Amino acid sequence: MNPVNYLYLAALLFTIGASGVLIRRNAIVVFMCVELMLNACNLTLVAFSRMHGNLDGQIIAFFTMVVAAAEVVIGLAIIVSLFRSRHSASVDDASLMKL
Amino acid sequence: MSATAVHSLWTMAGEVTSAAPGDRFTAPTIEYAQLAPVLIVIGAAVLGILVEAFVPRRARYTTQVFLTVVAIAAAFAAVVGLAADGYATKNAQIAAMGAVAVDGPALFLQGTILLVSMVSVFTFAERRLDPASHGNRVDSFAAQAGSVPGSDGEKAAVKAGFTTTEVFPLALFSVAGMLVFPAANDLLTLFIALEVFSLPLYLLCAVARRKRLMSQEAAVKYFLLGAFSSAFLLFGIALLYGYAGTVSYAGIGDVVDGSVQQIDPALAGTMGNDALLLIGAAMILMGLLFKVGAVPFHMWTPDVYQGAPTPVTGFMAAATKVAAFGALLRLLYVVLPGLTWDLRPVMWGVAIVTMLGGAIVAITQTDIKRLLAYSSIAHAGFILAGVIAASPEGISSVLFYLAVYSFVTVGAFAVVTLVRDAGGEATHLSKWAGLGRRSPLTAAVFAVFLLSFAGIPLTSGFSGKFAVFKAAADGGASGLVVVGVISSAIAAFFYIRVIVLMFFSEPKADGPTVAVPSPLTMTTIAVGVAVTLVLGLAPQYFLDLASQAGVFVR
Repeated sequence: MNPVNYLYLAALLFTIGASGVLIRRNAIVVFMCVELMLNACNLTLVAFSRMHGNLDGQIIAFFTMVVAAAEVVIGLAIIVSLFRSRHSASVDDASLMKL
Repeated sequence: MSATAVHSLWTMAGEVTSAAPGDRFTAPTIEYAQLAPVLIVIGAAVLGILVEAFVPRRARYTTQVFLTVVAIAAAFAAVVGLAADGYATKNAQIAAMGAVAVDGPALFLQGTILLVSMVSVFTFAERRLDPASHGNRVDSFAAQAGSVPGSDGEKAAVKAGFTTTEVFPLALFSVAGMLVFPAANDLLTLFIALEVFSLPLYLLCAVARRKRLMSQEAAVKYFLLGAFSSAFLLFGIALLYGYAGTVSYAGIGDVVDGSVQQIDPALAGTMGNDALLLIGAAMILMGLLFKVGAVPFHMWTPDVYQGAPTPVTGFMAAATKVAAFGALLRLLYVVLPGLTWDLRPVMWGVAIVTMLGGAIVAITQTDIKRLLAYSSIAHAGFILAGVIAASPEGISSVLFYLAVYSFVTVGAFAVVTLVRDAGGEATHLSKWAGLGRRSPLTAAVFAVFLLSFAGIPLTSGFSGKFAVFKAAADGGASGLVVVGVISSAIAAFFYIRVIVLMFFSEPKADGPTVAVPSPLTMTTIAVGVAVTLVLGLAPQYFLDLASQAGVFVR
């Protein structure tokens, strides 16, 4: 199968993730959409890696996974602490500061 | 390219690497001496984590402050040592198998970041501002960041005299990332450094002692938007990798210039694809412009600056900007010089809306921290004008401006921590009315910082702005200079308005008091004032230093 198709798929996933970040209101779901974007990046890297016949892209994909894991740790800590003090994880409710 | 051709390339590459495992592996060479500043800071941060685990709670604060200050001082000494060995000029080189550049701009910015972090850490360690609770001196950070605000758990933690000493190792990790960020010489290092300095900052935003709900809200906003922007950066990296087949700055730069000697047949298909290059470059720029807080990627700035604990805001406002502009400069001058003409209209647009947007929206602000946040957006626009100049003077003027701006910012936020009422810091502007009558020294120092932000002659802000605008005008961006001067005039209006408010209006009966800080915060403010005056009155030595440092290694 032509590897270019994977690039289209990755672009599609990235767009879905980005739209999700903009549209969804629950902080956890927003965060999951960011993870989807990171995975789309991984797919792009791996597809290009195969097209070019060098391994850089696959190595970067490993780094991305580690970064995504670290981001989950930090992100869930912050979102859970917000949820515990407000009993809501909606990004619309968090609006003490405006303008 | 057909699928079979791709497949044969792939298996061929596989055969080469699998032909003689072991023989073909050569260990990478790492130049530890040239990387010493980063390694010292990371080592100290790891030690700081161990301190949290093993040192008794009573002794942690002292140990952490000592460790942090010593580490930053040692790293700064290492930077000065490298510069003295000529790594900033004739010996500039690329270390760690092409991952990190050791050259003039990198060392200059690393030195600036370390000094700024040092004075920021002093404000982190300040323990005389908040009234003592249950006989314990407390700093600006929550007793226990995990406890729910207003809960019994929080009260118990406060009563027990806990403090979040984890902020010191977190700050060190962040500093380490910032040191690598302007020196990163391939896109992977750029991305990792970005995450290493951002992730601790997200946490630091969330741990304020007062106004904890606002602090947590700021952290969530910063985290979600920061992760969103770094995903864009990563997708840009993936596209540029697809375009050039490599992530090293020099390698991509060659492909962009069209100066590649022999084209790998596997890459011929993507190298001619300008869509990959342009979209990839735009996405990476988006990620970096988010970090510097340029319009239209600035929406997080006011909320995060307002909600974060003020010492953290000062640190973040100053050091992040230095690191991110360093990375932006290197990207534009080393990787994408071939795209200067394509990117110019975009960068012009961003710089113009950043300068005007920051200055105009700042006029309507009523909170001093938000006001400083919008002022920082306007300043990002001024610095962008220097970045766009695309000349050696452009680089050195940006380096100089960053050094100037960062010290003034840390100083200004340190003053904000002093003005307090019963609810903690009194950040609403109406409370600052008549501050000059009640405590003339504090108000005078803040006025000096504001005048420097406004770019009044004889302050460092003027020298910086002059250098940046001169470079921009020489680089053919006179239009930007006109817009810059206009928005400086708009910005001067609200800076002066705060000064008028402080000195020429009656103090209110229930106004805030100015806390007397320990020598720590005093040092921070004194350094800010000293830099403002010295670089305002005699900037030449530092301008020369910046222009000597202003050459990127490739």
